[in-house]
Amino acid sequence: MADHKLVGKNYVTPDLVAKVTGRAKYAEDFRAEGMLFTKLLLSPMPHARVRRMNTSAAMAIPGVEAILTADDLPEAEAPQEAGLTNEPLYEGEPILAIAAVDEETAALAVEAVEIDFEPLPFVIDPLQSLRPGGPNARLDGNTMAGRDLATVKWDNVDWNEIDAGRLPVDGEVTDEWQVGDVEAGFAEADLVLDETVFASSVSHQPLEPRTAMAYWQNGKCYMHVSTQSTARTTGGLARWIGIDPADLVVVGEYCGGGFGGKISSAIQCRIPALLSQKAGKPVMMRVTRQEENFFGRSRPGIQARAKFGFKSDGRVVAIDLFHVQDGGPYGRSGDFMSAADQTSLMYQPAHMRMRGLTVYTNTPPRGAQRAPGGVQAVAMFAPIMDKAAKQLGVDQLELIRMNAPEGQAKFGRPRQGQQGNVSSAFPKMAIDKAAQEFDWAGMKARSGQRNGTKVTGVGVAISSYSAGTSGLDGLLVIRPDGKVQIHTGVGNLGTESFSDTARPAMEALDTAWEQAEIVWGDTSKHLPWSAIQGGSMTTHAHTRSNWAVGLDAKRKLQEIAARDLGGSPDNYDVSDGRVFRRGNRSQGLSFARAAERAIALGGKYDGHELPEDINAMTTASATALAGQGLVGVAKDNFETGGRNMSYVIGFAEVEVDIETGAVALKDYKCATDCGTVLHPRNLGGQLHGGGIQGFGIALGQKWVLDPKWGLHVAKRFYSSRPPTLLDIPHEEEMPWVAANEPDPYNPIGCRGIGEPPVGAGAGAVLNAISDALGPDGYFNRSPIMRDMILAKLESLPEAHNPLSTHV
Amino acid sequence: MGDVEHIQVDEQGVSRRSFIKGVIATGASVSASSYVMRGGHGVALAQAPGAVERLLTLSVNGQQRRVDVLPQETLAMTLRYKLGLTGTKLGCDRAECGACTVLIDGVPRYACSTLTHQVRGREVQTIEGLEAADGTLSLVQQAVVDEQGFQCAFCMPGFVMNMTAMVQENPSVTRAEAAHYLSGNLCRCGDYNKILNVAMKAAEYTRNGRRS
Repeated sequence: MADHKLVGKNYVTPDLVAKVTGRAKYAEDFRAEGMLFTKLLLSPMPHARVRRMNTSAAMAIPGVEAILTADDLPEAEAPQEAGLTNEPLYEGEPILAIAAVDEETAALAVEAVEIDFEPLPFVIDPLQSLRPGGPNARLDGNTMAGRDLATVKWDNVDWNEIDAGRLPVDGEVTDEWQVGDVEAGFAEADLVLDETVFASSVSHQPLEPRTAMAYWQNGKCYMHVSTQSTARTTGGLARWIGIDPADLVVVGEYCGGGFGGKISSAIQCRIPALLSQKAGKPVMMRVTRQEENFFGRSRPGIQARAKFGFKSDGRVVAIDLFHVQDGGPYGRSGDFMSAADQTSLMYQPAHMRMRGLTVYTNTPPRGAQRAPGGVQAVAMFAPIMDKAAKQLGVDQLELIRMNAPEGQAKFGRPRQGQQGNVSSAFPKMAIDKAAQEFDWAGMKARSGQRNGTKVTGVGVAISSYSAGTSGLDGLLVIRPDGKVQIHTGVGNLGTESFSDTARPAMEALDTAWEQAEIVWGDTSKHLPWSAIQGGSMTTHAHTRSNWAVGLDAKRKLQEIAARDLGGSPDNYDVSDGRVFRRGNRSQGLSFARAAERAIALGGKYDGHELPEDINAMTTASATALAGQGLVGVAKDNFETGGRNMSYVIGFAEVEVDIETGAVALKDYKCATDCGTVLHPRNLGGQLHGGGIQGFGIALGQKWVLDPKWGLHVAKRFYSSRPPTLLDIPHEEEMPWVAANEPDPYNPIGCRGIGEPPVGAGAGAVLNAISDALGPDGYFNRSPIMRDMILAKLESLPEAHNPLSTHV
Repeated sequence: MGDVEHIQVDEQGVSRRSFIKGVIATGASVSASSYVMRGGHGVALAQAPGAVERLLTLSVNGQQRRVDVLPQETLAMTLRYKLGLTGTKLGCDRAECGACTVLIDGVPRYACSTLTHQVRGREVQTIEGLEAADGTLSLVQQAVVDEQGFQCAFCMPGFVMNMTAMVQENPSVTRAEAAHYLSGNLCRCGDYNKILNVAMKAAEYTRNGRRS
């Protein structure tokens, strides 16, 4: 569809002026009359039990109004968290919350709580918990097998191997799958690389902490909350508060970053809601940067053994993975599983096996972080692909290309013995475009160049991840003033997909964007059932649903015109805010007039009769809007063709100073296949923003914990610093290219793009650093720190073995 | 600008949700809305020696604002919780992220690490003070709009204030110089590529004295 008028074009998103003038309100910007503030008492230990607590002195302080403890909350079903606890499982876990007239009084009251903790055994390294006799992070087990908590100890494993930095593969696991026959695959291979590798845990660190303000009115709870999703925040948050979703209003028009850590807000956001209920006054919970580090989410680290078999031409024939995931204390992150799924997609091995388990540790809770598992896979395995290319004498990009997925490629773990497939894959087109536009040959020619103490290295990596879902609803109203009011339950955390995905509705109506108004970010404003704002779901899902609702509205316009002006609906066209007889614009109705006619006709035209296949939330919203104009409402019933996945290939050029170990990233470019380009400027923002988060993962972001006490050493920005402007190429604009090939299973051709850029940035930079350091320049762990580089250059023993965590 | 917007919570449930504007007219003291800092309610003053508010007159966005300020109060808190200027964001409250950057006599400063008492007699400018009365955006703001700069935009007010000082200081700033100038501001979305595009566009608009 090359004739799009809106899709593929730059425009100003409707939230931008509010943001740039300071008028945009984030959770902490709201004030309610009589508002109290809450402060939290945090656990000073990584694992403990509250033995004794006396809050009477705290509550006697003038201005203190309410307290919430774990005893006030329904018990969470293990291994889920409750938000407050009497058995903290990590340093910084909230124990109780006190609300007072101002924040300082609340803080004083928290200080006045007499509390006595009984320290319990703790563990911060998964392998320590697997060691026979080793501590468990939880009293009820150290892993989860299926849906059950379990305890796994590796009695049969040679621990000397682990101490020497090599992960054995004979320990008990909870999850495994295989396609083909890996042993047969390795027998066919001309080169087998067998490596122990590690990817660090990394905090999300959204710039806005997970702040929330709550108040109650007439039995309803109103929450101003930092959350990624809107429609899909209500269910989770209402469950946490213990009320019917119909009794919760979520306001979150702006969210200061989430990256997967605030998909449906956060369980701690129940605290101000419940305190407000107790106190009978509004309560604001401002979360500090340090608190965000503790109970904000983080990406699980993975310790792995990876065996890759290659034919001499570079083709991957077999991959065997063994993953130990640092699971934090709660839930069960799927990263260690999805890391393998993405590996199967990126490299398309005929034979593959995955074995692994997640192990609970007394470190902050994990959650989905932008390409969960996918980023760890690229960080761990892109260097193996790179090493193979060099050992086989094959160009690195050519090796990536020959193994890349194509068309409806196979994907992931088998179900009922069969791997699934993706809807489409055109990364080879992206690679071909990039090789030409980025002059890959020229980049490679600079590899190893010396400039004083600085050596140039170049690296390339492919990254894939999920990019869509389907079956959601669209809802719009063509108002009697002629405006097209498009409702969306998609959140606004900066990807702008709440607005970008509304454009296909106007594309279907062939009408100027200026005639559209978007309603978003407030569940009292009648929003349709929408995708979670996470996992790069929304672009694919809601270009579909908004195309569907655009077509529904168009059909209704045609039918109304035919009723009024004669002929059949198919005799009428819709464009530029009018429905008119084909070939004669003057014989027709304006949108404004058609909206009035829809109200007069009633029934399906103004929302009084609704389709039966839409979600109950959409039905309720459309019912509330009925009679306000021509109501378009439709479920996305378009054909699906497999899992939606998108791809990014990153190209990095670094200079490594061999005297200081400093790495300067000189250049980064990337190419993508994410289907049709929807909004070029935003796509560039996602590609390079994600890439830059990947630079952080490659170049320095990690946790440091004191192994003796299990306490955090790096808990703020300065000690686990995200990249700054000086850490990225900043002399020239970083370019990008897109294959721009439509996905055949989306009416617009779009897939999502938020996830895969991160891995591409991380993998390309890791490979570039290794390239600068020569054939033995691989570290098998991320991030690569200066001391690691210097130790390698000096041929000193490694600062820490590949299996060390949080160092 | 200059109004504290309150969501009125009506216990009687008569009006479900109405917004009132607690107008802070020039010359009126606003000590009653001391939210975060102890002392505004008088309930605990005796327990907090030294925590005595003093009435100051601040010059903010060209207006004289009278406000009761505690000795330890940061400018970010005064702006956000007493003057209703919530455009200035707190990302770390400890001089690590730059989200709270404001201009003091035209010089970018972290408002989280500036005591309000230090800015007496000086001109404070925040993100709310850039737009002209008729709604015309400043050249830097216009550059943001024209380049679709920033993503979640929580860092944006700080960056925009810093950039405002930068283009005044050096409208011929290069991309690399801009990166250095702005490197005290973190953008966790990593939208730096577009942010530097904005900086270059803002410098160009400033050189030409107009938006192109």
